[in-house]
Amino acid sequence: MQGLTVIAPGILSLLQDAGRFGQQQIGLTTGGPLDSFAFTVANRLCHNSDNACAIEVSIGGLTLESSIDSVIALTGAKLGLKINGQNKVQWQSHAIKAGDKINIGFASEKNSGCRAYLAVAGGFDIAKQFGSQATVSREGIGGLQGGPLQKADLLPSSNHRDLELLSLSEEQQSNFNSSFNSNYPDLVELRVILGYQQNHFSPVKQAIFFSSEYTVSDLCDRMGYRLEGPKVNADIEGILSEGICLGAIQVPADGQPIVLMNDRQTIGGYPKIGAVFGPDLAKLAQLSAGGRIKFSAMDINDAHQELLLAKRQLDQLVLEAL
Amino acid sequence: MTATLYPHIEIAGADALIVYLGADTQPEISAEVQRLAQGLQSFQGQEIVDLVPSYASLLINFNPLLCDHLWLRKKIRETLDSSTSQQESESRLVELPSYYSEESGPDLNLLANNAGLSPEEVIALHSEAEYRVYAIGFAPGFAYLGQVDQKIAAPRLATPRKKVPKGAVAIADRQTAVYPAVSPGGWNLIGLCPTPMFDANNEPHMLVAVGDRIRFRPIGREEFFDLGGELPEFEVQS
Repeated sequence: MQGLTVIAPGILSLLQDAGRFGQQQIGLTTGGPLDSFAFTVANRLCHNSDNACAIEVSIGGLTLESSIDSVIALTGAKLGLKINGQNKVQWQSHAIKAGDKINIGFASEKNSGCRAYLAVAGGFDIAKQFGSQATVSREGIGGLQGGPLQKADLLPSSNHRDLELLSLSEEQQSNFNSSFNSNYPDLVELRVILGYQQNHFSPVKQAIFFSSEYTVSDLCDRMGYRLEGPKVNADIEGILSEGICLGAIQVPADGQPIVLMNDRQTIGGYPKIGAVFGPDLAKLAQLSAGGRIKFSAMDINDAHQELLLAKRQLDQLVLEAL
Repeated sequence: MTATLYPHIEIAGADALIVYLGADTQPEISAEVQRLAQGLQSFQGQEIVDLVPSYASLLINFNPLLCDHLWLRKKIRETLDSSTSQQESESRLVELPSYYSEESGPDLNLLANNAGLSPEEVIALHSEAEYRVYAIGFAPGFAYLGQVDQKIAAPRLATPRKKVPKGAVAIADRQTAVYPAVSPGGWNLIGLCPTPMFDANNEPHMLVAVGDRIRFRPIGREEFFDLGGELPEFEVQS
């Protein structure tokens, strides 16, 4: 078997496709990339489908050795990409040859983000579990052994020669859409669609929620981001357990909001004020502890328009041949 | 605040609605959740991405590129209004063997003591009732079954165990469950079920589905081992 061999796995590197859908009825969460925009562009730079399996590199430190001739691309957080020790530009594809060493470093400056996506032409050819390759460590499902990449893992992929190398211009990166940002500021605005138990949050609490600044606590992972800031308790402590959608903002008895991410549990019993608008979750996922957040309210019809617009813009994204 | 009338459709997120069909744990409400989920099943994989049934609600994730919340509201209303079929009669009865004992359920005696019952009475009350799968969640294959007799309802442990063994038959408040895999947990352990609840590698992955009826069949030590059961080491509770 050939492909990429893990020399050093880094802090947290996970194989992800677009996510595992239609399995929540048996308790399986969706998984998938935390920054789906960066993930999708990485795949497109490698001529892949939007559901191809790539690597989500959190924080950094991944080193791979190739036994194939192929094309790779790194998008997302500015962690730095090196091929055989030579610096390479992110957000564009690069040819690799058998024997090449690929290294993803660590953020060296502020506002670099913390999730990067490494795609390879053809994706990684691993078995699907429950219809998806997405790794959910908490469930032990997906990826190679249901968990993060380990030293000496072989990530199977085949040769892809003579593929056009593509790039996404910096102008496109920044002009693309204000909600998709390849520069990752440490203060982000997250748009929220009010819903769920919103009526159990008093007008005063809602005013506090939308006018205060919240900070990402140390408890932030692929399951959820626990925030710190002014308390916004609901007037009820718990509810009958119910389904939790991606981005749902639940508020336990301590009044501190938790934004639920891709590996969230599928049902739960804390009151929820609404949900963060999907595309904004990428901005949150690029923050680490200490990152700052402001919330603003968004109408569901506006949200729908924006989703359609975002999809069209993504499809019109011009990838230029190098 | 005005009283909520059911069914009540609420926004969950930009691409999700939640339908409330009641406010408490009742077989009739759960059956209605099930009927709605089944009615919408035909859209799954297209307009509908995921259906998450729970005690009295159904969360519906939709694909905003193929439909919108107004379309979905219409489909929900149509499904609820259609008076077709009593799905309830099709609900399956699944029997789960359970080896109740102090060596397989370290909280059995304490739970019995607190309830003013003998362990045998706790076992009888737990195994004579028929339960309903109200929800699946917390972990893959973790089925919330309700409701246990009020006499054997017991609050969660003050300090959850770091490791509850696979197959543990447990009680929390008026709910009961079988742990599908080793996991942390704060429920009271009263027995072990040798039948796997969840298998990631084989079909069917799950023994039960939301809406199924469940009954526990008490088995002895010998039958427990015959059925492939294994006695794990339990974490001692201080």
